[in-house]
Amino acid sequence: MASHAMHVHTPPSGFIRKYIFSMDHKVIGIQYYFLALFSVFVGLLLSVLMRYHMVYPDAKVGFFETLWPTGAPGGVMTPELYLSLMTMHGTIMVFFVLTTAPQGGFGNYFLPIQIGAEDMAFPFLNMLSFWTTFVALVVMMAAFFVQGGAPLGGWTAYAPLSALGEIAGPGQGTGMNLWIISIALFCGASLMGAINFISTLIDLRVPGMTLMRMPLTCWAWFVTAILSLLGFAVLLSAGILLLMDRVVGTSFFLPAGLVVNDQILNHKGGSPLLWQHLFWFFGHPEVYIAILPGMGLASNILSVFSRKTIFGYRAMVYAMLSIGFLGFVVWGHHMFISGMSPYTAIAFSIMTMAIGVPSAIKTFNWIGTLWGSQIRITTAMLFALGFVSLFVSGGISGIFLGQPGLDLYLHDTYFVVGHFHMIMGVAAIFGMFAGTFFWFPKMFGRMMNETLGQIHFYATFLGVYAIFTPMHVLGIIGNPRRYADFKEFEFMGQAMSVHTFMTHSALFTAAVQIIFVINLFWSLKKGAKAPDNPWEATSLEWSIPSPPPFDNFGGKHLTVHHGPYEFSVPGKAKDYVMQVDPE
Amino acid sequence: MATEAKTGSLAALWGGGGSPYRIGSKKFGMWLFIISDSLTFTALLVAYTYLRMSTETWPTPFHFSPSIIFSTVMTLVLLSSSLTMVMAVHAMSHGNRGGTVKWLLATMAFGAGFVVLHMSEWMHLINDEKVTAFSNPWNEPLFGATFFGITGLHMTHVTIGVIYLGVIATGVGRGKFTYEDVEVSGLYWHFVDLVWMFVFPLVYLMSVKMH
Repeated sequence: MASHAMHVHTPPSGFIRKYIFSMDHKVIGIQYYFLALFSVFVGLLLSVLMRYHMVYPDAKVGFFETLWPTGAPGGVMTPELYLSLMTMHGTIMVFFVLTTAPQGGFGNYFLPIQIGAEDMAFPFLNMLSFWTTFVALVVMMAAFFVQGGAPLGGWTAYAPLSALGEIAGPGQGTGMNLWIISIALFCGASLMGAINFISTLIDLRVPGMTLMRMPLTCWAWFVTAILSLLGFAVLLSAGILLLMDRVVGTSFFLPAGLVVNDQILNHKGGSPLLWQHLFWFFGHPEVYIAILPGMGLASNILSVFSRKTIFGYRAMVYAMLSIGFLGFVVWGHHMFISGMSPYTAIAFSIMTMAIGVPSAIKTFNWIGTLWGSQIRITTAMLFALGFVSLFVSGGISGIFLGQPGLDLYLHDTYFVVGHFHMIMGVAAIFGMFAGTFFWFPKMFGRMMNETLGQIHFYATFLGVYAIFTPMHVLGIIGNPRRYADFKEFEFMGQAMSVHTFMTHSALFTAAVQIIFVINLFWSLKKGAKAPDNPWEATSLEWSIPSPPPFDNFGGKHLTVHHGPYEFSVPGKAKDYVMQVDPE
Repeated sequence: MATEAKTGSLAALWGGGGSPYRIGSKKFGMWLFIISDSLTFTALLVAYTYLRMSTETWPTPFHFSPSIIFSTVMTLVLLSSSLTMVMAVHAMSHGNRGGTVKWLLATMAFGAGFVVLHMSEWMHLINDEKVTAFSNPWNEPLFGATFFGITGLHMTHVTIGVIYLGVIATGVGRGKFTYEDVEVSGLYWHFVDLVWMFVFPLVYLMSVKMH
C-alpha cells in the first residue's frame, strides 16, 4: 500500500530536526512527557498556594505581591486571585497533564512499538500536534501576565460569567480570551493526535497482531483517541461560540435582562444552559480520556508483576468500549442542579449508574489477576495497585453523586472536589507514575532507583488519601466549594481543623514529589544500565534494545505469534512467552 | 457456534496491517477528520435548534425573491462543484493527469463562485437588511448570530477546500501525488457540500416569510 511505502526511515541529522522539530514518535512522546511534567508542577504549586490561603487567609506572603501586585496587595491574597489560581490549576491539570501525558506521552512512544510499527501513520501531523499543544500551553500561561491576570470561571468556564468581558471580574477580560484561544488550539492538537492514533492502530499492526492480541494499553489508547476525536470537536464549537459572544458581541450564552454591576446588559435570547450542554458533552468523555490510559497501564502492569495472564482479557476490552460509549450519554449528571426536568435527570442517572457495571468488571478482573499470584513488588507495581485503590475509592463516591437526590445536596460541596480528585486526578497521576517506573528503562536505557521509588510511592499514597478523604466528610457537613476562605461560616468552626490537616497533608505530598524529580533526573544520568527486558514482560517493546533504535525494530519484519499476557505457561523453560516468540 | 466462527475468520482477516476495509492511512485519516468535523457542525446546528426552539418570536424574514432564489443558485453552484470533483477523481483513476487538473480547476472555480455569491449575500444582509451578528430589525440578535456563525464556519471550510484543491491540482500537474491523494481531497470536498445540504434547509428554507 502507498501509505506503507512512504515510511522511509533514515535518522535526521542536525540537532533541530533530531530533538526539536522531530517527527520521530519516540522523541515526540518524550517531548509530551516533559511538557506534562512541567505543567504538573505548575498545577501543583497553584494548588499548594490555594490550600495555604484557605487555612491562613490573612497571612502576608511577600512573594504573592511580587508575583501578583494587584491580586495580592500587601501580600494578602484577594478572593479574585484565589479564583484565578483555582481556574488555572484545573485547566492546566485537566488539559496539559491528564490529557497529554498518558496519551500524547506514553501513547506516542509505545503505541507504535507495541503494535510493531516503525512510526505513527502521519509523522508530520504528530509533530504538528505536539507543537500546537506547546503553543496552547504558552498562550495559557500568558494569561497570568496580562492586564487583569488569569480568568476566574473555573476549568468549566460556565456562562454567563465566561461570556462577559472585564465587567465580570479582573481576569475575565484578556485573560479569558487567551484561555479560550488556548483551549481551541488544544482541541486542534488533540484532534490531530486522535486521527493519528486511530489510523496507526488500524493500519500499521504487524502480521499476527490481531486486535485481540494487542496489549490492553493499546486498547485504552484506542478508545481514548475515539473519545478525543468526538469530544474535542464539540468543545471546539462551544469555544468558537463563546469567543463570538465576547469578541463579536453575539448572545449565544447571554440571556436577556442580565444585570451586572447595576447595569442591564444589551443581550437577548441566549442560554447559559447551552454552554453547559456543549461543554459537558465534551467534559464527561474528557474524564475518561484522563483515566482510560491509566486503566490500560494498570492492567498491563498488574499482569506482568503477578506473572499471570490478565483475568478476562476480552471482558476488559468490552468494558473499556462500553465505558467509552456510556461516557457520551451521561453529560447531564453534571447539570442536575442547573435546572433540569426530573425525568431527564432520571435518564441521565440510570445511564450513570450503568457505568458502574463495566467499571466493576474491570476492578474484579484486576483482583482476579492478582488472586493467588506471586506478586513481584516493584515501584511500578505499587503504583498500579495504588491506581486500583484510588479508582475504587473515587468511583464509589461517583455512585453517590450520580443520584439526583443526593447530588442536589452534595454538588456544590467539597464532596465533589474529593470525588473527582481521587478518580480523575490522582488515580490518573498514579497511572502516569506507574508508566514512568515501568517504561523508563525502555525510554532512556537506564533503571530508576527502586528504593527512592518505593519511599516516594508510600509517602504519596498516604498523602493523597490524607488530602482527599476528609474532603468527603467536609462535603457532607455542607462545606461549599470554590470559596477562597471560610472566615464567615460559623458552622465551619471546628471543621477548620480538618482543613488545616488537609493543607499540611498537601504540603507534605507536594514536598515528597521532590524525591520523584531527583530519582527521575538522577536516573537519567546515573541509573544502572537497563537490559532489553528488565521486567520479563512479553509485549513487543521488550524484544528490542533499550532505548530502541531510530526505526524501532532495526528494519526487521516481525510476526506476532502470541497474545500479550502469556505468563507462567506450563511446560515452558521460562515463565513467560514473548509475543514475537515463534512458539 | 456460528458467531464464534465468524469472529474467528474476521480475526484471521484482520491479523495486522490494514483493516477489513483495506483502505490506506490517508483515506482513513480523512474519514476520521470528517467524523470529527461533522460533530463540530452538529454542535453548531444543535445550538441553533436549541436557541431557536426556546425563542417564541424567532423571525422568518427571507422573501422567496431574492433570498431563496439567490441561495438556491448558490446551492446549485456548490452541487455542480461536486460533479466536477467526481470527474476529477474519475480522470485520475485513468491516469489522466491533464484532465484531472482541468476538472479540479473547474471545481475550484465553482467553489470560489460559491464564496463570492455568499459574500455578496452577506453584504446585502448587512448593508440593506441591517442584519449583523449582534443586532437586526426584529430585535432577535441570535438570528444574525446563528446565521453568520453557521454559514461563516461553512464558508471557511469551502475557502480552505479551494486552497486544498489548488495544492492538489498544482501537485498533480507536476506529476506528484497519487490517485489516493485526489480521492482524499474529493472526500473533503463532498463532505463540505453535504454540510451545506443541512445548512441550506435549516438556515434558509426554514426562515422563509410565511403569509
